[in-house]
Amino acid sequence: MALPEMKYPLSREQLLDLYYYMKLTRELDEQLVRLFRQNKVVGGLYSSIGQEASAVGTAYSLEPDDWIAPMIRNVGGLLVKGFRPRDILMQYMARSGSPTGGKDGTSHFGDIKKRHVVSPISMLGDLIPVMTGVAMGGRYLGQKLVTMTWIGDGGTSTGAFHEGMNLAASQHAPFVCVVENNQWAYSTPVSRQVPLKNLADRARAYGIPSFIMDGNDVVAVYQTTRQAVDMARRGEGPVLVESKTMRMKGHAQHDPAAYVPPEMFAYWKARDPIHRYEAWLTEHEVWDKKTQAEIAARIERELKEDLEFAESSPLPKPEVAEQGVYCEGCHTIEAHWERPQAEVQPPKSSVEAAWTVTDYGGLNGDAKPTAVAPTTAATPEAAPTNGAGAPAAAETAKSRSAGQRAAKAKHPARAASQPKGRG
Amino acid sequence: MAPVTMVEAIREALDEEMQRDPTVVLIGEDIGVYGGAFKATEGLLAKYGWERVIDTPISETGLIGAAIGMSYQGLRPVAEMQFIDFIACGFNQMVNFAAKSHYRWGGPVPLVVRGPCGGGVHGGPFHSQNPEMWFVHAPGLKVIYPSTAYDAKGLLKSAIRDNNPVVCLEHKFLYRRVKEELPSEEYTVPLGKLAVRRPGRDLTIATYGAMALNSLEAAEELAKEGIEAEVLDLRTLMPLDRQGIIDSVRKTNKLLVVHEDVRSGGIAGEIAATVNEQAFEDLDGPILRVTSLDTPVPFAPPLEERFLPQVADITRAARELARY
Ligand SMILES: Cc1ncc(C[n+]2csc(CCOP(=O)(O)OP(=O)(O)O)c2C)c(N)n1
Ligand SMILES: [Mg+2]
Repeated sequence: MALPEMKYPLSREQLLDLYYYMKLTRELDEQLVRLFRQNKVVGGLYSSIGQEASAVGTAYSLEPDDWIAPMIRNVGGLLVKGFRPRDILMQYMARSGSPTGGKDGTSHFGDIKKRHVVSPISMLGDLIPVMTGVAMGGRYLGQKLVTMTWIGDGGTSTGAFHEGMNLAASQHAPFVCVVENNQWAYSTPVSRQVPLKNLADRARAYGIPSFIMDGNDVVAVYQTTRQAVDMARRGEGPVLVESKTMRMKGHAQHDPAAYVPPEMFAYWKARDPIHRYEAWLTEHEVWDKKTQAEIAARIERELKEDLEFAESSPLPKPEVAEQGVYCEGCHTIEAHWERPQAEVQPPKSSVEAAWTVTDYGGLNGDAKPTAVAPTTAATPEAAPTNGAGAPAAAETAKSRSAGQRAAKAKHPARAASQPKGRG
Repeated sequence: MAPVTMVEAIREALDEEMQRDPTVVLIGEDIGVYGGAFKATEGLLAKYGWERVIDTPISETGLIGAAIGMSYQGLRPVAEMQFIDFIACGFNQMVNFAAKSHYRWGGPVPLVVRGPCGGGVHGGPFHSQNPEMWFVHAPGLKVIYPSTAYDAKGLLKSAIRDNNPVVCLEHKFLYRRVKEELPSEEYTVPLGKLAVRRPGRDLTIATYGAMALNSLEAAEELAKEGIEAEVLDLRTLMPLDRQGIIDSVRKTNKLLVVHEDVRSGGIAGEIAATVNEQAFEDLDGPILRVTSLDTPVPFAPPLEERFLPQVADITRAARELARY
């Protein structure tokens, strides 16, 4: 069968690329489990099995200079960004060759200068405002960038998430937030966290558009996120994308996930993102058995090499503990300007310090004060997101309020010459 | 040159740094059109525009986080807390994101978070606090706390140029009460160096912020009684100028630490421990401290007066120490 029509066409090479990254994520995950059982992993081990499409397809929709901040189940995003399995292996084994030199573990590492990856911290939600700031900074410097981070269903209940999303919305930051709804926050099901069927509906509170996608369909993930990324890059402000997926293991290695109904695992096992994509590639004649075997062999070889490399890396020297608390001359800090600096210096940057207030906040939304008629409570907008519940097809939903459109036109950071204030 | 107040000196620092370096941006609540609750950023929006003087929603976690993100872009954001007390709402971003970033993965955060602190203006429990030790205790952060207009300007300029996250505490009681002529030429004050405000031979008073003024007043009175106190203004609490303190103690052999922060866990304890470790032989008496009470900052004037260290408390402690 020929390839289906795609809004954002993917070449055969790209389609195989997506497969490579997903499969590499899975094999790496399984390699880490073996190391864990051999007591070679320091600390906990967090699996992203079942969520490979969600991490890989989203990260793949970005340009090389865009910024990401991975969460713990987004190892696939790190691989797409050019980190190698050895980096993740050494992080989990606390080796000196790891990107943090043993100072932090798991996927807690980054690369500001080259790969544009911000390291997460464990506290859920804090990356949302930080990546908003990276986006704001990039826009100020004239970069045409988009920033992206992921957050679990559980993480969307933090104050930091809310502040960050609202700030991103009010600043129209070119930021894409992927909510990975994997049905569980540790032992707590989504239904006990949020009185919402779709976490995409959270976007309505910020007046920003949102999408729901089948997070286990890597092509759908790519297509949906790519649209969100393009919107953000065009200056339409932040976008929230909900990925419906499933955490197929416990929260971490220690957790047998006995609280998950077995039928639920069965439901999602039948929708395993890698098996589905393998079938898809075969059905659409993107590959044959030989290509599949070649990719498998390449992954096996690369993982073997990286494992050897990682295991030969020693533990860090004790004195490293004392180094690097402060950045004293060890980095040059330079902004990457893509616009003339003079543009942001006076007198060019001067504006009148005043607000433009056109909305007086009356019940009927008129700019002028009028007689107030008694009204009933405002009726909510028709639900814009897909209410169906179960994994929906890509691009099923998109919401945008009138308020957001209005604010967009006025936002000062959007226009080089800002007439007055913003309302 | 006309004398300028501390808050004007702060505005000058921001203005000069924004002028010399377009990577310096300001972010905070009501800092743009309104010019800041204490007017520290007044006029800067008109001069530098919306992209560099960023008004935010009421979101301390959000705006400190965004400032950290901007700093990853090589910018040098200066975030204002309307009152420093509200930094508690962004505490996680400070101590877990900003403080540990460079250590964990080499991500420098050239950020300043500044705001008005301190009591004496009947601000009550949530507009009067001195949270310096929350941050002194978070390796990776630096903490400055000026007591003069000159230092406020010079330290803030250094903080903006520093490649690390710096918390800048500005005592609101001093904002318009201290006034001095500033040099017309550009200057900075290095972080981590104390200033000897008054030389003396009989005892050392180590202090900072508004208590530097109280301590100088106390030293004046003590001098009338023949007690010559050397007053050290610490200016930076992290990194602490330990050597400067030791040098003074070697000379006077006695140490009194005065701070407006509460007693338990205040920096007096850290200073006492340092002197104990490094200059025990030089001590001729116990290390004493005058601090506020181990309570929240009370609202009613008589309560707040009781809470805050008074000049008389300092002179009393100094006399006691001088007797050794
Ligand atoms: C602010 C905060 N509180 C608590 C935790 C502890 N914790 C770590 S992961 C987790 C569950 C997260 O669930 P979710 O956001 O859905 O992500 P998932 O693990 O499903 O990918 C919790 C409670 C944390 N990391 N951060
Ligand atoms: Mg979850």
